[in-house]
Amino acid sequence: MSPGLKNRNYIVGNQRLDVRESSLRMRSVIIQAVRSFFISHGYLEIETPNLIPAPAPETHVDAVRAANGFLHPSPELCMKRLLSAGYSAIFQICKCYREGERGRHHLPEFTLLEWYRASADYMDIMVECEEMIRHVAADTGCGDRIVYMGREIDLKGPWQRMTVNEAFERYSPISLEDALDEDCYEEIMVLHIEPGIDISRPLFLYDYPPSLAAFSRIKRSNPPLAERFELYMGGLELANAFSELTDVDEQGRRFEKESERRRHLGKPEYPLPERFIREFRNMPDSAGIALGIDRLVMLFADKDSIDDVVSFTPEEI
Amino acid sequence: MYTAGELKKGLKIQIDGEPYIIIDFQFAKPGKGQALYRCKLKNMINDTIIDRTYRSGDVFEAPNLEERKMQYLYNQEDEFYFMDVNNYEQSLLKREHVGDATNYLIDNLEVYILFFEGRPIGIRLPNFVNLTVARADPWVKGDSATGDNKPVTLETGYTLRVPPFIEEGEKLTIDTRTGEYVTRVKE
Repeated sequence: MSPGLKNRNYIVGNQRLDVRESSLRMRSVIIQAVRSFFISHGYLEIETPNLIPAPAPETHVDAVRAANGFLHPSPELCMKRLLSAGYSAIFQICKCYREGERGRHHLPEFTLLEWYRASADYMDIMVECEEMIRHVAADTGCGDRIVYMGREIDLKGPWQRMTVNEAFERYSPISLEDALDEDCYEEIMVLHIEPGIDISRPLFLYDYPPSLAAFSRIKRSNPPLAERFELYMGGLELANAFSELTDVDEQGRRFEKESERRRHLGKPEYPLPERFIREFRNMPDSAGIALGIDRLVMLFADKDSIDDVVSFTPEEI
Repeated sequence: MYTAGELKKGLKIQIDGEPYIIIDFQFAKPGKGQALYRCKLKNMINDTIIDRTYRSGDVFEAPNLEERKMQYLYNQEDEFYFMDVNNYEQSLLKREHVGDATNYLIDNLEVYILFFEGRPIGIRLPNFVNLTVARADPWVKGDSATGDNKPVTLETGYTLRVPPFIEEGEKLTIDTRTGEYVTRVKE
């Protein structure tokens, strides 16, 4: 039998699923397009465990407890262990879990695409990310532009690129330094920068201040900047990428800093991911990226809410 | 007490000593950063609308609100008087707090009056109210020119469109949430 709602007459009582059929079809097409892109570019598709003993300590990412460990908030630790073991081009599409994240663009259980490549930096990943999304657009029949919420997004390259500093100079009432000093970076981002950016083309926001480096490499520029970017499309924050940190000592300090911030905020502390740390000394020069599949589907299916691109929301199960 | 994580549309919280209801809510979490809870709030006393952005650590007091079943007595200019059906205490509500409810207020109607810190600030009507037609044009059978509805004025002065067969003196059920005609009351 062909897939889909062939036996529509026998499906009783869930009109919401009926309404979502086009999104769920779009989702399936997009996931196949993503796979075909990476396979044809020499990437190995891998799966890593969802249940892990210790997540990466990140100040504002809260992991969901399960069994004797946690559901992974992202697959990055296991994927970096594979990189350290010599796997040089890998991708994964998997469910990830984050406590307390629920909104029009957030689900506590969501689908993430991550890919990593050895001997690459964040600029290489930027180019590859553009190619990947154009490949998806072609496979979905959208061509080189999509219409999202009544506004056209031109996917022809090259996409807009703007440093975080430039974004603050253009759209923020205060400077990036002041926003960091006054601890209102997120508020400025959400209230001034995100509403200000031009959405007629996708935008890479790049070169973050070192305090927002997360686990990215900091380049020896003046001033020093973190080799990190985020992709915005149609006003949605779609992806986050790094030139990966490879310095063992620095990685240890970052973990300690994040753990310290968690303690300070009264958040639960996580055990250290010891195997990851042990193997990290073999981490090659590399770059990696995490991209929200649900939001990608929102863009291509022209949906305003993440609820409309999944079969069931947590409230419906 | 509520934490920021509990905020959602419809929740009532107290800000600067006044009760607010969240009329729009958005969760945001920019780039691995702090979670933000963006709220559009309506002041429940004066209907002023404000925008506020909160963080995870913020906490909120629940406003001291109470709804009491009361009977509408009468009005004097802009003051509307109600009586508690349990203890016969009277309270008055200013016209600005009664709002469109004047369309449905007839003597002895039982309504719910909202009190904040013991002070009346709002009214909630029953979903359906029966009201008498005070004025209506007569129905001419077979007259298709009037279309499938016509305007009538009710005893409260409220004017709405109803089916053409409705006549003066008839009692109608009105849905107070939409202001629309539901049915004729058979007596």
